[in-house]
Amino acid sequence: MSAKRLPARAGLGLKPQHYTQILETVPDIGFFEVHAENYMGDGGPPHRYLEAVCGRYPLSLHGVGLSIGGEDRLSLDHLRRLRSLIERYRPQSFSEHLAWSSHGESALNDLLPLPYTGATLDRVAAHVDQVQQALGRRMLLENPSTYVLFAESTIAEIDFLAGVAGRTGCGLLLDVNNVMVSSVNHRVDPFAYVDRFPVEHVGEIHLAGYDEAVDAAGERLLIDAHASRVSPDVWALFRHTLGRTGPQPTLVEWDNSVPAFDVLADEAALVDAAIASAGSSSGAPSVRRMAS
Amino acid sequence: MSIVVGQEAFAAAVLDPTLPVPAGVVSYRGDADEKRFAVYRNNVHVGLVGVVAAKYPVCATLVGEEFFTAMARLYVASHKPTSPIMMHYASDFAAFIEGFEGARPVPYLADVARLEQAWSVAYNARDEQPLSIGHLASLAAEDLGSFGLAAHPAAALVRSAYPIGSIWSAHHAAGVAVRPGAESVLVSRPGAEVNVTVIPSADAGFCGELLSGATIAAAAAHTLDQHPDFDFGRALVGLSSIGAFSSSTRKD
Amino acid sequence: MNRVSSVVLAASLLSALAGASVTGAVAQDATEKCYGVALAGQNDCAAGPGTTCAGTSVIDYQGNAWKAVPSGTCLTMSLDGDRKGALEALDRDLPQA
Repeated sequence: MSAKRLPARAGLGLKPQHYTQILETVPDIGFFEVHAENYMGDGGPPHRYLEAVCGRYPLSLHGVGLSIGGEDRLSLDHLRRLRSLIERYRPQSFSEHLAWSSHGESALNDLLPLPYTGATLDRVAAHVDQVQQALGRRMLLENPSTYVLFAESTIAEIDFLAGVAGRTGCGLLLDVNNVMVSSVNHRVDPFAYVDRFPVEHVGEIHLAGYDEAVDAAGERLLIDAHASRVSPDVWALFRHTLGRTGPQPTLVEWDNSVPAFDVLADEAALVDAAIASAGSSSGAPSVRRMAS
Repeated sequence: MSIVVGQEAFAAAVLDPTLPVPAGVVSYRGDADEKRFAVYRNNVHVGLVGVVAAKYPVCATLVGEEFFTAMARLYVASHKPTSPIMMHYASDFAAFIEGFEGARPVPYLADVARLEQAWSVAYNARDEQPLSIGHLASLAAEDLGSFGLAAHPAAALVRSAYPIGSIWSAHHAAGVAVRPGAESVLVSRPGAEVNVTVIPSADAGFCGELLSGATIAAAAAHTLDQHPDFDFGRALVGLSSIGAFSSSTRKD
Repeated sequence: MNRVSSVVLAASLLSALAGASVTGAVAQDATEKCYGVALAGQNDCAAGPGTTCAGTSVIDYQGNAWKAVPSGTCLTMSLDGDRKGALEALDRDLPQA
């Protein structure tokens, strides 16, 4: 695919158990997204299938291991691996997270939170600069799901993200499920979060299902699980978001308990319908909910 | 002035559930909430246990989910990934199983794990044409014994006192009977797909020597010492045909 | 140790090549079927431990004292001769947990 941007349509995560069905039936999906780290082997079937999928669909390359929010220096080896993947597959988008996942010798394989302060803003902006230099392209930075806050934080997450985007020229990946998860967990209004989000930087949206738990005080705690359908409240927040951003490439993430491809395709069809109706009523404000 | 939470302290508390929530990590109420922090501990642990289970599916089926998860949990507690590329994680799981008292009732489990590790390496190995039969034929016209054969990037030999090939196969196809006895397996990827082949014991010894750098003459001589009826030609053609080697080099 | 001459090795190789009806590089498929026991199982689909950016709500990180016993197919695998069993394992004295 030679298009420069992802289409403003529904995309799906590319899972090995769906490779052959996708290549045989070529379903009408706007784009596919892969986790970069799963294609960092030297060769074999993963690359063969990804090459074939890339020949038919736009590709979003989504990193989960760069540790952009880390105190450590970025791994130059990892940047080189990303660069060679980008040169090989020419993805329409590359994105990573506002989080850290490695410390010292250990890779923790989770997206861990960071405090939002002047010092961490400097660090993250420097890392994003370094990534964009090393990869020779603009990246998107994704807002995280978080379960804790830092007493030391002095900057709101939205201002932090806007600050990084303003300083580095990077775009933002607005994960609407993460907005819901973090907003419920920290008792802020998710609609107000979206209303304040610097939508001019948004290059992609993510949706996913969450799980429910309770914290030590017995209060509702949402967990970003990627293991089920998108929740009704997240659909509502997504439609509200589209009212501000206009049509956007929108990925449905489903990484655990991955269902049959047809279930994913169903979710994608719902996304496409929401984008189409946002596009047709472009400019009209969507239904707003008052901040609580 | 609030406490600055370093990532060293955060990571340490994530990895060790007996440590308190780091000071300065709070809920929206301002308190240290164990259950909130436990989400991160849980994500790291369950995620890594899941990686081990995905990489060793036959081992997991052999011992059942409860046993496997408990064993993988112990492995994860003492072995953290050093790379963010999870396909490389738990490469030494077989050695862990071998030293693990709880796995003694299933003495072949470690070797089945070796096979599954070899499968995973083969699946992700560099794409390369294996040494062709035609090339092999051309060597016959030269000083054949002085050549060494380089291992194909996907090729690995797993030798076991147990029928690990049949055990593995019984978990991938119906109606496979498992006969007690030793089996040697060559895992390879000569083309698109990973192959698992049970090879004769003499050929396995021969193959092992070649893969570790011996010349054809030395490998053949050692093998003939132990297996006087070793069929050299059949072994070399057979091993080449399943993708054991990538190229030949004259060694002297 | 036996010394093996290249002439003897070449003769054995040529005989194997002839026996497999192989004269060139193109007959690999033919020999593949004649050598070893190729086992079933192209389990591409299960391959590739996922790197995930999702959390999980399964609370499972706490280690517990070892008390698990094998309960999977190692107890039920179909052994040759219609026996069901655990490949020597049941013949051994199990360590007490």
